[in-house]
Amino acid sequence: MLTLANHTFTSRLLTGTGKFSNATIMKNAVAAAQSNIVTLAMKRVASSSGQDQTLKALRELGVTLLPNTSGAKNAQEAVFAAELSYEALGSPWIKLEIHPDQRYLLPDPIETLKAAEILAKKGFHVLPYCGADPVLCKRLEDVGCAAVMPLGAPIGSNQGLQTKPFLQIIVEQASIPVIVDAGIGKPSEAMAAMEMGVDAVLVNTAIATAQNPVAMAEAFASAVETGRKAFEAGLGATFSQAQASSPLTAFLEPAV
Amino acid sequence: MKVAQALIQQDLSHLALSINSKTDSDVERALNANTLSLDDFMALISPAGVPYLEAMASRAQALTRHRFGNTMQLFVPLYLSNLCANECTYCGFTMSNKIKRKTLSISEVLTEIEAINDMGFSQVLLVTGEHETKVGMDYFERTLSAIRDKVSYLMMEVQPLKREQYETLKYQGLDAVLVYQETYSPQHYASYHTRGKKQDFLWRLEASDRIGQAGIDKIGIGALLGLGDWRVDSAMTALHGKLIQQHYWQSRVSIAFPRLRSCEGNDTGGNALTNSKLPNERDLLQLICAHRLFNPQAELSLSTRESAAFRDGVMPLGITSMSAASQTQPGGYSEPSQALNQFDIDDNRSVPDVVNAIAARGLEPVWKDWMPFKARA
Repeated sequence: MLTLANHTFTSRLLTGTGKFSNATIMKNAVAAAQSNIVTLAMKRVASSSGQDQTLKALRELGVTLLPNTSGAKNAQEAVFAAELSYEALGSPWIKLEIHPDQRYLLPDPIETLKAAEILAKKGFHVLPYCGADPVLCKRLEDVGCAAVMPLGAPIGSNQGLQTKPFLQIIVEQASIPVIVDAGIGKPSEAMAAMEMGVDAVLVNTAIATAQNPVAMAEAFASAVETGRKAFEAGLGATFSQAQASSPLTAFLEPAV
Repeated sequence: MKVAQALIQQDLSHLALSINSKTDSDVERALNANTLSLDDFMALISPAGVPYLEAMASRAQALTRHRFGNTMQLFVPLYLSNLCANECTYCGFTMSNKIKRKTLSISEVLTEIEAINDMGFSQVLLVTGEHETKVGMDYFERTLSAIRDKVSYLMMEVQPLKREQYETLKYQGLDAVLVYQETYSPQHYASYHTRGKKQDFLWRLEASDRIGQAGIDKIGIGALLGLGDWRVDSAMTALHGKLIQQHYWQSRVSIAFPRLRSCEGNDTGGNALTNSKLPNERDLLQLICAHRLFNPQAELSLSTRESAAFRDGVMPLGITSMSAASQTQPGGYSEPSQALNQFDIDDNRSVPDVVNAIAARGLEPVWKDWMPFKARA
């Protein structure tokens, strides 16, 4: 079970709603992923949210909505987007995304920390998208975030766990859940993240832009489950050489 | 003015020579490069690139879907005024044209916005001729404050303004500014722009710096293809986009490729313009794919100047933003007439027809992609 802000979820695979061909495919993919938590960009939600096809589909699935602040360029805009999302959807969950960089959409650590503090104080369950910076993740934890969402690689890049050594430190140090948010391109990479002990992963591009998004969602669901199982089972240590005997310390044994 | 300075230092005749001397191996190298240089871009748009169009289209499609997903942004132009104090020999609004001149009053603008909202649009591009005294800052400010809460993303294509003026409009909710250079060749530019403030080539070229300094979210650039050598102008446009990304990294870049159309007083460029300079549809597709390969993150925008068949075909390959059912005369949405058009459009389909064509290609139309961020300054 994944626990976020005192809520428990059976699935450790979070998904998104962007980049799909239409709302039906999105809905079927989310269902196949068995996700309990789905993120959606507030900027894409129709002004009269009652008419929004994506929202309608998600409500039919009964998942927990995780509105995000995508498009915000600074803390002030992100706080505004979060408040707008609370007004429109009545949800305390917010995925904090602040990316002033318009090409690689990399998160601004300074503005993210500022906004996280403000929103946590206002009572939001804040899940910040951030760089794989262990110190920043501790600071985000200190200001009251419900989890941290460090990136594995640039968002949408499908490059996998490029930040692995830093993710390992984040996992080791965190006392809130760690969700790898960006860059996971293949089920094997999601599994590798789960084996490392991250609490959950968020996958959007790799599912939405697959030739068959529904089948890909299923593949990710089983990979995440397997990876978690392996982590919980306690993976054996890996060695680069065989460890057959004790040639260096054998002299301690009494001679036969 | 870092972007304009770098552009002005380019030797256009050298670019033309370089483009025309590209070989098969230059094109193949460009097609296989992870990150393309301007030289690679020039190889892709060169005559040597023509036989590689299918391979370029395939890569452009993959890059576009990967970055933008299976989506297509939809916007509509709203012509506010056809008053113009410039003489531009290719444009229907040109000063000496004896057409009926019209500037929408604020209440007429609101009627147009209502008609546009009824069509489903909330991403709107405001367009005017260039008439600083009658259609200037005062008019823009009144218009923006009247309509801002009725549109989700507000773009403008008007005369180049001062940095402080862009800042003022941004504060009122302006999200994007489009200033097309028309041609990057000062000589060609001078021959087409024969009267008025638009004659000032450098003031126009420096607009993207002023827009970037003002922190506007999106900067639109492009050359009017058919005025000069379209390949050279396109190489300059590609470089322009990269320079904006480098210097104004918080702004997005949008690139358009308008081909010269016929208009009142200019019959498909009949008199002043030679048609041989116009890229054909095959050239245009090659150009669109080359821009996508060179700049995977840029918005590529296609208007209703192009035919329905071409728009449908190119839709999945690189274009990420389209207009539909556009009217190019002030007041056209609430009261359609052909009298005052800036140019003739080609794709005359209704919005539902365009939406169906988008869906048929496995793409989802995006009507809204922004929040009403207040006081972005």
